Amino acid sequence: MELTRRKILAVGSGALVFTSLSGLPAFANLADDAIASLTGGKEIGEGAISLTAPEIAENGNTVPISVDAPGAVSVTLFADGNPVPSVATFKFGPLSASRSASTRIRLASTQNVIAIAQMEDGSFQKASSNVKVTIGGCGG
Amino acid sequence: MISRRDFLQVGMAASAIVGGSGFGNWARLAAQQSLSQDQLLEFETFGNVSLIHVTDIHAQLKPVYFREPSENIGVGSNKGAVPHVTGARFRSLYGIEDGSPSHYALSSGDFASLAKGYGRVGGLDRVATVIKAIRADRPDAILLDGGDTWHGSYTCYKTAGQDMVNVMNALNPDAMTFHWEFTLGSDRVTEIVENLPFAALGQNIFDVEWDEPTELFPPYKMFERGGTKVAVIGQAFPYMPIANPGWMFPEFAFGIRDKNMQAMVNEVRADGAECVVVLSHNGFDVDKKMATVVDGIDVILSGHTHDALPEPVLSGKTIIVPSGSNGKFVSRVDLDIRNGQLMGYRHKLIPVFADVIERDAEVSALIDEQRAPYLEDMSEVIGKTDSLLYRRGNFNGTWDDLICDALISERDAEIALSPGVRWGPSLIPGQDITREDIFNVTSMTYGKAYRTEMTGEFLKIVLEDVADNIFNPDPYYQQGGDMVRTGGLGYRIDVNKPQGDRVSNMTLLQSGEAIDPARSYVVAGWASVNEGTEGPQIWDVVENHVRNLGIVTARENNSVEVVGA
Repeated sequence: MELTRRKILAVGSGALVFTSLSGLPAFANLADDAIASLTGGKEIGEGAISLTAPEIAENGNTVPISVDAPGAVSVTLFADGNPVPSVATFKFGPLSASRSASTRIRLASTQNVIAIAQMEDGSFQKASSNVKVTIGGCGG
Repeated sequence: MISRRDFLQVGMAASAIVGGSGFGNWARLAAQQSLSQDQLLEFETFGNVSLIHVTDIHAQLKPVYFREPSENIGVGSNKGAVPHVTGARFRSLYGIEDGSPSHYALSSGDFASLAKGYGRVGGLDRVATVIKAIRADRPDAILLDGGDTWHGSYTCYKTAGQDMVNVMNALNPDAMTFHWEFTLGSDRVTEIVENLPFAALGQNIFDVEWDEPTELFPPYKMFERGGTKVAVIGQAFPYMPIANPGWMFPEFAFGIRDKNMQAMVNEVRADGAECVVVLSHNGFDVDKKMATVVDGIDVILSGHTHDALPEPVLSGKTIIVPSGSNGKFVSRVDLDIRNGQLMGYRHKLIPVFADVIERDAEVSALIDEQRAPYLEDMSEVIGKTDSLLYRRGNFNGTWDDLICDALISERDAEIALSPGVRWGPSLIPGQDITREDIFNVTSMTYGKAYRTEMTGEFLKIVLEDVADNIFNPDPYYQQGGDMVRTGGLGYRIDVNKPQGDRVSNMTLLQSGEAIDPARSYVVAGWASVNEGTEGPQIWDVVENHVRNLGIVTARENNSVEVVGA
């Protein structure tokens, strides 16, 4: 059997979507809206929490993401290229030994993963990371 | 106190490789007459610890010709920075005389002519001699193999890497990291690694299921040498499942993982390491960036992108030592480690001129033993070349032009795609082309030559995707290969544009017509990362083509117009 176009397209679909969205991902506004409704429009600080994500996804269907948010009561993850940008929310109680969490998310295309943490004092913190989804195949 | 900057200058002074006196006498300068083994190995032992670095040997047991690239475009902050400087500009930057041994070893230009004078390079029996000479100076020198060792030749393919394992074990490495090794498949890699008599390192090799470090590949190893503790942290190629077929090693995940690298550096420092060395298969620009992101690395021994520089490059507070490929070079780095820190270093990139450095008899015999069962088959002469056949270059090389021609004629295609890998030795005009030579530029465990249809739109997506893996201005998004080679298809590329906007003017060369996004084209290619790819092996396709040609003559290739370099 020859390599079918279907197989190539299946692998390339991530890039296909990305190309058709070149420039600002069409769903970015959805993510902005979702973040605004979470924070009630409050100012969001940066630097207090950290997000770990691969620079390039090995498999866009299951991308490991972890967030370390000392002093947070909750962390919500957003993927700004997904049709439903809100991915997961982690809540931490006073007895949580470490305010960190890991999960895997599906990314259809190259996009930003954003973590918004609500801190104990009610303020918000943000960390984000651009994750690329690629066809790959020519590493030397 | 002497500053790090002063050390760098000391290092630089000691690092210049031996200059020749061949100016104006290029091709006639026989290596044997102007160079001696003593000159090549000359080194005033320094400090209390020695590192020996070999990398990207690609299973080249025997000496080869290897032409360095004449085109190696840097982007973003690396535009115009080494190693993105080639040919005459490279020589002028380092004060290398035209026609000198350093010219031949380190830069492109007049290659075929110089090759006739200076001869072949590498050969693991010569590399063994260099290593033994360094160990004679410093018996406990740490030998580190940067990976891409168990891939790239006829015998390596037929023995699934066993030939290289046997020969490398005879050199007694202390640690190794990995890239193409994983294309042997998880089972085979695991089988070999479990029996290795040295450390298999990779802080960025994780278990897919648990997203945790693996037991098979520890992150680092601590060496007590010269009254101090040196930690060597491994960094495997970060984009293995993306650039190579992930289905062959689905249990493993990679990535740069610089936060984990920082944690490992902190851990070894807390454990008393006075010097931290990273044995890396990141590629040069990724190493350069990582050195500025991760604190506390003293030395990065750099592999993957096959660069060879006559002196280390300082990035942040880290020296980066790239040691070439294909057995052509051995790096020696002597370190003075005292009072809890690296106080200074001395470095030499030793070019392995095969006609100058004596072979080690024991290793030589071991190499011939690996080759003996296959010698007759791989020595068969398939054709002859009257041109220089080489691979390195951002967009094409004459080897890949030949491979693309083979795909188009043997597979009856309109367009050919050939992967932008950087391995594969060169042949000089007048050489026979043997089956072994063809394997040297095509051998891999996923070499089937597919034939399929792609629309013009999809071809553009492929070119844009690959281009972004090379020309993304952020080195962390670069995978370290070159641009996919195209046959039958010309295009214009502006390397400074973002993904989606770099490639234009795509043209079907056979008709001169613009590529139609909606039309389907018959495309032949090889090295697909997709499981289940079918077709003849690429080396058979190339062999048939060469046999039909009889004599190979390289054609001029102006099908890619490059803008913004």
